[in-house]
Amino acid sequence: MSEPHMETPQELDAANARPVDRAMPTGTVGRSVGEPELSGGRSGDVLLEVDHVTLRFGGVVALNDVSFSLRKGEIFGLIGPNGAGKTTCFNAMTGVYRPTSGGIRFQGESIVGKKKHEITRGGIARTFQNVRLFPEMTALENVMVGADAHHKTSVVGALFRLPRHWQEEKAGREKSLELLRFVGIERRAGEVSRNLSYGEQRRLEIARALATNPTLLCLDEPAAGFTPAEKVELLELIRKIRDTGVTVLLIEHDMRLVMGVTDRIVVLEFGKKIAEGTPAEVRDDPKVIAAYLGVPTDAA
Amino acid sequence: MTTTETPPTGAVPAAEKKNWRTSGGVRGWFGRQHWAVRTVLALVFAAVAYLLPYAGDVPVLGPQIITEGIDWPSALFNMSYYVLLALGLNVVVGFAGLLDLGYVGFFAVGAYTVAMLTSPDSVLHTEWPWLAAIPVALAIAMLSGLILGWPTLRLRGDYLAIVTLGFAEIIRIFATSSETLRGDRGFSDIPHPPGSYADGKPIFGVADATPYYWLGLSVIILVIFGVRNLDRSRVGRSWLAIREDEEAAEIMGVRTIKYKLWAFAIGAFIGGLGGVMFAGQQGFMNSQTFILQFSILVLAGVVMGGSGNLFGAILGGALISYIPDRLRGIEDPIFHTDLFGFRFAIFGLVIIAIMIFRPQGLIPSRRRAMELKDREKEVAPQ
Ligand SMILES: Nc1ncnc2c1ncn2[C@@H]1O[C@H](COP(=O)(O)OP(=O)(O)OP(=O)(O)O)[C@@H](O)[C@H]1O
Ligand SMILES: [Mg+2]
Repeated sequence: MSEPHMETPQELDAANARPVDRAMPTGTVGRSVGEPELSGGRSGDVLLEVDHVTLRFGGVVALNDVSFSLRKGEIFGLIGPNGAGKTTCFNAMTGVYRPTSGGIRFQGESIVGKKKHEITRGGIARTFQNVRLFPEMTALENVMVGADAHHKTSVVGALFRLPRHWQEEKAGREKSLELLRFVGIERRAGEVSRNLSYGEQRRLEIARALATNPTLLCLDEPAAGFTPAEKVELLELIRKIRDTGVTVLLIEHDMRLVMGVTDRIVVLEFGKKIAEGTPAEVRDDPKVIAAYLGVPTDAA
Repeated sequence: MTTTETPPTGAVPAAEKKNWRTSGGVRGWFGRQHWAVRTVLALVFAAVAYLLPYAGDVPVLGPQIITEGIDWPSALFNMSYYVLLALGLNVVVGFAGLLDLGYVGFFAVGAYTVAMLTSPDSVLHTEWPWLAAIPVALAIAMLSGLILGWPTLRLRGDYLAIVTLGFAEIIRIFATSSETLRGDRGFSDIPHPPGSYADGKPIFGVADATPYYWLGLSVIILVIFGVRNLDRSRVGRSWLAIREDEEAAEIMGVRTIKYKLWAFAIGAFIGGLGGVMFAGQQGFMNSQTFILQFSILVLAGVVMGGSGNLFGAILGGALISYIPDRLRGIEDPIFHTDLFGFRFAIFGLVIIAIMIFRPQGLIPSRRRAMELKDREKEVAPQ
């Protein structure tokens, strides 16, 4: 196709959209009504704070005294060579692993020790490095599982088909179709997710995560295995998500992709934070260059 | 806008184009019918089920269906509680994916609670009517489901199977050795369901099991509606999500513990219901009633019929009760003995055959899709 030509208008679109959105109180647009906004909502507010987190697996120190914080409304990059601890960091933030020491605060509240589903309902959603959809469910049902997270009725409502339950089901279905359209796979809504193409599955994972109404969306290498054209489309999608008011945390190997889309970046190597700053700052950091261009043991 | 209409990269395999409505098999065909057609079919099916006690009057087919010399209405009633058990176990194993080998335990809890509360042999001496004992029996069955479910929440697969197996054995051994549960002596004179004809004769008597079968069938239909409503809601989605990837489900906001406990409790409720029906018809029961084979048999029925599919479970439940009965009175050509003696061997062969030729079960679980017909029309043209 004609990717190089496509890129420019897309960049322009996104650039145009940004100032408009920035004028709005960030971090609130993507949330449904009734979600408590803990801090005041000033722009540049800290959304997530990783505070001296250390995480050990037996002898392996996957995270070593890592600290950084995300601001509302930004696209934040988390990069580093293989085994640097990026996924582990996501796992600590979503309650899969408990930090050996240190704290993680989300909207001013500690989330260490909270249950995974509580953290999700609190506003952190994620995708997985290796796609983890529910393979036998249709694409639509996959997204509806995410939408169910905020629904109130359950077994009794479903058993007796109470009106409120029925309304929630209907609203969940509408919203899920809307999200499938948003990520561009609405035509596959009725297809069992196992049968979707790899790229569609990755998009479906994003839709499912968005269905939980996140304040913070964590994407673990969403572009892995993508062609350059697909990567461009994904970039566009990530910007679109941010423009709805969702803060995005992005793990990515492709340096060009990260540099093009993120506002700020943290670089991990062997579990340690070695750099933090804007893409331009990080790109010129000698430590980062060494980490990427040096001869790490896992390069083979 | 260009990005949202991305076609999938590369060639689309034929299977990908297949839609649930165009998929083959009984369910695919059924799903493609208009809702009115489906309703009529379901009603016809129910009517046939209610008329089954008179199958013997059907000219040619009748004698083929009914085994000579057996009490056909009783056989039908037996089928009805096997189907109930299969429906309940299907919730636990088929929907939530929790391998429960001790399911008969809940059947026993339901039946024993009824016996304790109603039989004159019971130490409680309450001698309640059958109806009054039902709510208590079902509540206790559900409670036992939670009691079994709670400590086993962290277990999966084989480990869960072993613990649940232990649960059923504990109940059986307790029933055998406990003075209160009367072991082999059992409980007699458990009252039958209430109701009498105009001439004063009870509807639920000893001689004819037909009314019990109708009662059982009606209970089954209610259970089908309930379970179907659950399956098609967030509850069913949560169970399926847990079955497919429990951790991912929890990360997507599913309260996995809650829904696993619900699966146990609902399964136990339906199993208890089977026990209640059983006690009300038999009038007598003892510790020999609840053998382990029973659990395995019901599980075999669910898997054979199609784990995770309501109609598969019903068919499987009916077959595990029907096949052994049907073998009665048939002489095998080699040893000239009653084939009934070989029922487990034959049953095993049938299961092996089904697992070889149709490993997903007779009526496999076809993951239902939402009503997308209108939407498809909307978005299909590019
Ligand atoms: N569950 C676990 N048990 C033991 N060690 C683990 C576990 N998870 C991660 N690790 C180790 O922690 C380190 C960091 O792994 P992690 O998956 O976070 O890296 P990553 O930055 O995501 O790498 P990649 O780019 O390959 O995805 C690795 O050395 C890994 O082997
Ligand atoms: Mg990783």
